Amino acid sequence: MSNLMSGAKMLLECLAKEGVDCFFGYPGGVTLPLYDAIYDHPIRHILVRHEENACFAAEGYARATGKVGVCCATSGPGATNLVTGLVDAMMDSIPIVAITGQVPTKLIGSDAFQEADTFGITRSCTKHNFMVQKLDELQQIVHEAFYIASSGRPGPVLVDIPKDVFLAQGHYAPVNTIHLPGYKVFTEGHAGQIRRAAQMIWDAERPWVYAGGGIIAAGASEELRQLVEIVDMPAVCTLMGLGALSSDHPNFVSMPGMHGSYAANMGMSNCDVMIALGVRFDDRVTGRIAAFAPNAKVIHVDIDPAEIGKNRAPDLPIVGDVKRVLQKMLRNVEELKPANVEKNAASRRAWWKQVRGWKEEHPLARPTSDTEIKPQHLMAEIDRLSGGQAIVTSDVGQHQMWGAQLIRFNEPRLWINSGGLGAMGFGLPSAIGAQFARPDKLVFTIVGDGGFQMSIPELATVASYGLPIKIIVMNNGYLGMIRQWQELFYNNRLCSAQLDCFPDAEKLAGAYGFKGRTIDKPHELASALEEAVREPGPYLLNVRVSPNENVYPMIPAGCAVNEMVLGPPEPVGAA
Amino acid sequence: MLQVISLLLENKPGALLRVTGLLSARGYNIESLTVARTLDPELSRMTIVVDVDPALRSQVIKQMNKLINVLQAVDLTETPSVCRDMVLVRVRTVQESRTAVLKEAEIFGARVISSAVDGFVLEASGAPEKLEEFIQVMRSYGESDVTRAGTVAMSLETKKLRLQPPVPTRADAKLEQTNGVLNA
Ligand SMILES: Cc1ncc(C[n+]2csc(CCOP(=O)(O)OP(=O)(O)O)c2C)c(N)n1
Ligand SMILES: [Mg+2]
Repeated sequence: MSNLMSGAKMLLECLAKEGVDCFFGYPGGVTLPLYDAIYDHPIRHILVRHEENACFAAEGYARATGKVGVCCATSGPGATNLVTGLVDAMMDSIPIVAITGQVPTKLIGSDAFQEADTFGITRSCTKHNFMVQKLDELQQIVHEAFYIASSGRPGPVLVDIPKDVFLAQGHYAPVNTIHLPGYKVFTEGHAGQIRRAAQMIWDAERPWVYAGGGIIAAGASEELRQLVEIVDMPAVCTLMGLGALSSDHPNFVSMPGMHGSYAANMGMSNCDVMIALGVRFDDRVTGRIAAFAPNAKVIHVDIDPAEIGKNRAPDLPIVGDVKRVLQKMLRNVEELKPANVEKNAASRRAWWKQVRGWKEEHPLARPTSDTEIKPQHLMAEIDRLSGGQAIVTSDVGQHQMWGAQLIRFNEPRLWINSGGLGAMGFGLPSAIGAQFARPDKLVFTIVGDGGFQMSIPELATVASYGLPIKIIVMNNGYLGMIRQWQELFYNNRLCSAQLDCFPDAEKLAGAYGFKGRTIDKPHELASALEEAVREPGPYLLNVRVSPNENVYPMIPAGCAVNEMVLGPPEPVGAA
Repeated sequence: MLQVISLLLENKPGALLRVTGLLSARGYNIESLTVARTLDPELSRMTIVVDVDPALRSQVIKQMNKLINVLQAVDLTETPSVCRDMVLVRVRTVQESRTAVLKEAEIFGARVISSAVDGFVLEASGAPEKLEEFIQVMRSYGESDVTRAGTVAMSLETKKLRLQPPVPTRADAKLEQTNGVLNA
């Protein structure tokens, strides 16, 4: 059997070998040979309406499954349009492979039509990137790209392929080994350190688990659940870690950080042993780092040695895959249990009492009103319909914070948002990727009236593939998060914060051939959401909410937990 | 204080930029940088001299070690190591000073590599501070041009290289084979 084929076909064979069933992209001059090969290849190509969204969709696919997401763009403008998505995947450690076309090798460096130095431009926004110089290297590089993207701390990898490499003919012989001598993946974790950590946990009077996206990346939810149960410790999940421990788990407190709950932040601040698992002590979590968790001994488990001590020097560092580390730690914790369980039992009971007290004192607010839909009311209703089961992707802004605070996620990989980069325009395209990855799942995307308008072209993708995504616009008539900051920190001098034009949702969705509706009355909310969920196809629900609501609690940027603002100032003259 | 970082990296396009990019992205300036092939032609040895906030140095070195093209990055600032630099100095000098210049060159162990009526080109190598003195002395004799090679360093301890062994690629995933047009 002849296995002579073009580089383009060879690329698709490599993708198939890596288990890719679909990928997201947009064609162009130099990738036409690839599209010619896609024409009759079983891998599905999903045509999005902007390359940035191909990248976000690949991320949505990866975030919903843990598999590598793939996107593809042409040279020049196609490749530069991927940059935001690549940085986003880098910040949130999401495994994606981006394929870009490049001008033919002979023209590289000549300012050829649609030439851009993609290899140079994307160097700092990928975990690694490659430029294929000749067909011989193609297969090896593609497999290396998948391996790098998905192993260790996951991240985006870009492969730049010149047009002549797509066109060249060569023999396909599957590549079976990868050799990257300089690629260091630390999986096991130091056994002695892990044992010491187990002892430290039992020695704690006020233990506290701070779990992040690393738990989800490692698939370590089960181990996390066991750990908090054996020792009966309170746990918080970060914005990236929501669902790592089920929101309905009795030990789950909520999310910590700038818009975290009172109890979550008080716990972070007052614990004596903090077990930090797959987190990076982000400034949005810690606030002013010097004042963060002042009395805590920190155990920090992370697969990336460069995260250890980056923001907070741990008392006990463990470099390793958090799943493997937790498996060992669980054994140690069990072994040490009989000798230790009684020791601090009384203090730990008192600690729990305090944590529960904090929760009751200042629960996350869910205000409702008879006249207007409160944003929190909207989130509470979505939560009711989801029951902790639906995939919810979010855009960036106030709605994202309320969603994170108020919607439950009973499994990992249900809450999908742009955490580290905070890239507006992420919500809808990531929902597209998630829905392709999980056709069985109910997928909501919650977007602001600002961010939605950044991704509006993707309504066409939703319509043309008939994706039954429930697009919920939390429409407050503002770039809400901008208004909130201008109000609180810039003397209410609102500048370019108002969004005074928003399309008619029914007409807009109708123009794409699916259903849409606008509501603004609280009594319509439940039934409108139910109608959206019942609809077998896509649905655009534009929910007009109170325009002036702010997200609380809030720890202003650069402040410490004790500077947390719990709610709006009392109106002057109030009793 | 200047700091010395020694790296072993793959001799591949872009590898150098990945390393220096970590420094420039943080606004650090590179004082000197040398890079050349090792005994294994697929690898290069790089020596970087930087002025980095000491608290951040270990962070930057960890980041360098994370680079796929970097086999090893080690901090030589506080470990037993030797550093050498090389310099070419062209000194213009008047007839009367020629002998004195040659005498000084001898003291510093410098060699004359070109001689002309208006001066010399001298080559010296040694510890970076020593060369600094040599340059100052030469400048006192007349207008000088200087080209320094940059510091090369070698650790006096051998640090074990931890290399990743080859790994298998994914076993073939099965895609449903269908005939005809699929993505039209
Ligand atoms: C691409 C991008 N541009 C700007 C910002 C800054 N920003 C953060 S939140 C926000 C407002 C978002 O408004 P909207 O989408 O209406 O959501 P809301 O906050 O009102 O819920 C802006 C402009 C951003 N995060 N991303
Ligand atoms: Mg808004």
